[in-house]
Amino acid sequence: MTAGILLQLAQTLLALLLAPLLVGWVNQCRAWMLGRSAPPLLQPYHTLRKLLHKDVVLAHDATSLFRFAPHIVFACMALAAGIVPTLANDLPFSPAADVIALVGLLALARVFLALAAMDVGTAFGSLGARREMLIAFLAEPALLMVFFTASLISQSTELPHIVERLAHQEFALYPSMAFAAVAFWMLSTAENARIPVDNPTTHLELTMIHEAMILEYSGRHLALIEWAVALKLFTYSALGIALFLPWGIAPRGDWAALPLALLVLVAKLMLGGAALALLETLSAKMRLFRAPEFLGTAFLLAVLGMLVHFLLEV
Amino acid sequence: MSLTYHLQVVNLLAALLLLIAFAMLSQRRIVALITLLAWQGVALAASTAIVAWSTGQHHLYGSAALTVLLKVIVIPWYFFRLVRRLEMDREVEPMINVPTTMLIGIALVIFAFNLALPIAQMAGTVTRSTLGIALASVLLAFLMMITRSKAMPQVIGFLAMENGLFFAATSATYGMPMVVELGVALDVLVALFVLGIFFFHIRETFDSLDLKHMEKLKER
Repeated sequence: MTAGILLQLAQTLLALLLAPLLVGWVNQCRAWMLGRSAPPLLQPYHTLRKLLHKDVVLAHDATSLFRFAPHIVFACMALAAGIVPTLANDLPFSPAADVIALVGLLALARVFLALAAMDVGTAFGSLGARREMLIAFLAEPALLMVFFTASLISQSTELPHIVERLAHQEFALYPSMAFAAVAFWMLSTAENARIPVDNPTTHLELTMIHEAMILEYSGRHLALIEWAVALKLFTYSALGIALFLPWGIAPRGDWAALPLALLVLVAKLMLGGAALALLETLSAKMRLFRAPEFLGTAFLLAVLGMLVHFLLEV
Repeated sequence: MSLTYHLQVVNLLAALLLLIAFAMLSQRRIVALITLLAWQGVALAASTAIVAWSTGQHHLYGSAALTVLLKVIVIPWYFFRLVRRLEMDREVEPMINVPTTMLIGIALVIFAFNLALPIAQMAGTVTRSTLGIALASVLLAFLMMITRSKAMPQVIGFLAMENGLFFAATSATYGMPMVVELGVALDVLVALFVLGIFFFHIRETFDSLDLKHMEKLKER
């Protein structure tokens, strides 16, 4: 039990530390593929440090919600990142913190970010919040469907059980997981404000979704939100790894496998980040009104995955 | 679940076939549709070859080779040439909007899976559980033909339907006799060239490939 709690703490710390690095890696890959000179790999850390040292500028009309929201968002994301098994399978809180709780945590963070964006009352803030909610309410059921496909295979909604079933038992190919993987990829681009749905580097307010919500933030608040965004990307990457490439995560009680698990995790994250950058460079941002169609497709693919599971795998 | 690995791969390829059928349903660009058709051919040929290898049905190698030759190389090449000659690389809006089409598609898939379950139990092959997927891809291709008004996507839907039927034959009875398969392949090829000629005639008469213009008959 104590060992489990220690591992849990170590994983959460690792997520906090690695998340900005992952963002830096994705940015670097993207710059390479676009033929630009890349920013340094550690740039996100420098940005965070710079923002943490700056003073906060608050709007006159900002309520306390505006000031609390970054902390809540950051806490939710840190917790979410801790739930996903990245290094080891031995997570003592998994019976309470299963995938449904994870989706709830992500939703809580989103609600507070959207409320804070509307709090100051600027046009762009509420525009961004509405768009974010439009995307979220379509993406959330699809995300649950993806999780349920994995749960049907492993008979459990706890991520450690799912990983154990997929990685440490007899190897089997699951056609339903192929559908779920495509759906998950579409969802994670939408949820992380990546290119087909939103452009993370845009400077044009009218096309922004996520950036429009955080326009009013500055100083350490912005640092917390940027860190939370990095954590969200890390959480989604770790989820993708846990569901679709779980080989290498240390089984329960196997301490010797931990160093190897760390190496494998870093390798997978690097590959995943490069793949994300590649797909972002290859695709163009779609119109906002195409986003419901995109997410509807993701939902249908996830449902199809469940149907295929009943046809082929039962 | 105690399937051997090659059968799991066949199942995976079957799922891929269904995925491509759905991608075709949601695709608006003709060039992308042709590419998807070629990939469906690749999945079909791969699954046929694996079934041939795992069951020892050697004539299936022939049909896999035929699939590669015809559906991955010749037909897409001919279509790309037609698209260039007819200059029709534009987005085409389907008659029903895409999300609705996809919802109908899901309903069709559920229908096909339910329909195929009792039939599959009668088949004696190891790949019988993929019969539902084959049926679903046939129905989805049919849906694509119904919802498109342009001639080219309709023909692509027709070929996708043929792919689904071929897959159904492989999964239910380890393929048709070679003579029948050769006959079907020849039929498809001939139909394709005839349709290609028709495209030019339709465009010459109506100045577009939209088949809506053909709903009204009148003497000139």
